[in-house]
Amino acid sequence: MSPAVLVAGALVFMMALPLPASQPALPTADDPVLEARLNELAVDLRCVVCQNESLAESRASLALDLRAEIRGMMRNGLTDEQVLESLVARYGDFVLYRPPVKPLTYALWGGPFVFLLIGIGLAAATLHRRRSMPEPEAVSPEALRQAARLLRTDPVSPAGQAPDVPGTPRPPLQQER
Amino acid sequence: MRRWIPLAVVVALGAFLYLGLYLNPKEVPSPLVGHTAPDFTLPVVGRPGETFSPADVRGEVWLLNIWAPWCSICLKEHRVFRDLIGDDVPVYGLTWKDLDREAAPLLARNGSPYVKAVDDVDGRVAIRYGVTVTPETFVIDHQGVIRMKHVGPITPQVWEQKFRPVLRGLRP
Repeated sequence: MSPAVLVAGALVFMMALPLPASQPALPTADDPVLEARLNELAVDLRCVVCQNESLAESRASLALDLRAEIRGMMRNGLTDEQVLESLVARYGDFVLYRPPVKPLTYALWGGPFVFLLIGIGLAAATLHRRRSMPEPEAVSPEALRQAARLLRTDPVSPAGQAPDVPGTPRPPLQQER
Repeated sequence: MRRWIPLAVVVALGAFLYLGLYLNPKEVPSPLVGHTAPDFTLPVVGRPGETFSPADVRGEVWLLNIWAPWCSICLKEHRVFRDLIGDDVPVYGLTWKDLDREAAPLLARNGSPYVKAVDDVDGRVAIRYGVTVTPETFVIDHQGVIRMKHVGPITPQVWEQKFRPVLRGLRP
């Protein structure tokens, strides 16, 4: 099994985890419009050192550097798409919290649906089997009599009396009170 | 037969989780492999006035090792560079965010394992190389194309198993 498949499999499981609430780590006041744009973009970007935080929340030094880098690119007039492209060119799809659908990520995007289908299939099969179970056959009076006879002749538990558990005599109810 | 199916599923899941223990989450495949190494011109540590650029070593196979003076694993890795790699292939260093300016005295004291180490004090060049941690090492070929990226320290084992085959393929 290739590492890519394993990684994709692991990511499928990780998708079930809730993402942390995003709060911009360090807002800068000198250009609020650009800063808002940066934070909006950074929420969907993974901080590559602290892998479970977004670039918007992280205070890791590399995250600060990357935000400075994005800020610079935005000041130079790059669109959000161009900024994302240049980040993906360096760090790969890994920086994106919403990776694009392509052959490597098919398992990631399709996995949950595959598991859902498996679940539906199992449920349907179980229900179908239950419904198609044969009715219990009628028991003949002779068989019932035989069963009763066997129970009566059981030497450990004579009819009408509960079997004693050896070693633990049961105190009468009054004593327990 | 049917009652073994849940057991098989659990065993399979366990196998995935077990293998997952040995995956390095920092080892993210670099999209730069197969592309030209990003260009830069940076001052050389400990040699005032001198600069280095990848264009200077065009035509050579070389390693670019990202390190920092505050990274103890990098300093251990230096020993591997000195003892193992020696004159095999030139190793250049990219000194990442040496804000305390320790790199020059440290290399002077310990002896530098690099042909040259450049000073990326604000980390801008490292970002262009998609660096996430120190140490990282890039193998760059004659045409200046990145052929491999290794995340984490180079140990003798990593050198034999990962670097040597790639370097052998690059030698004519």
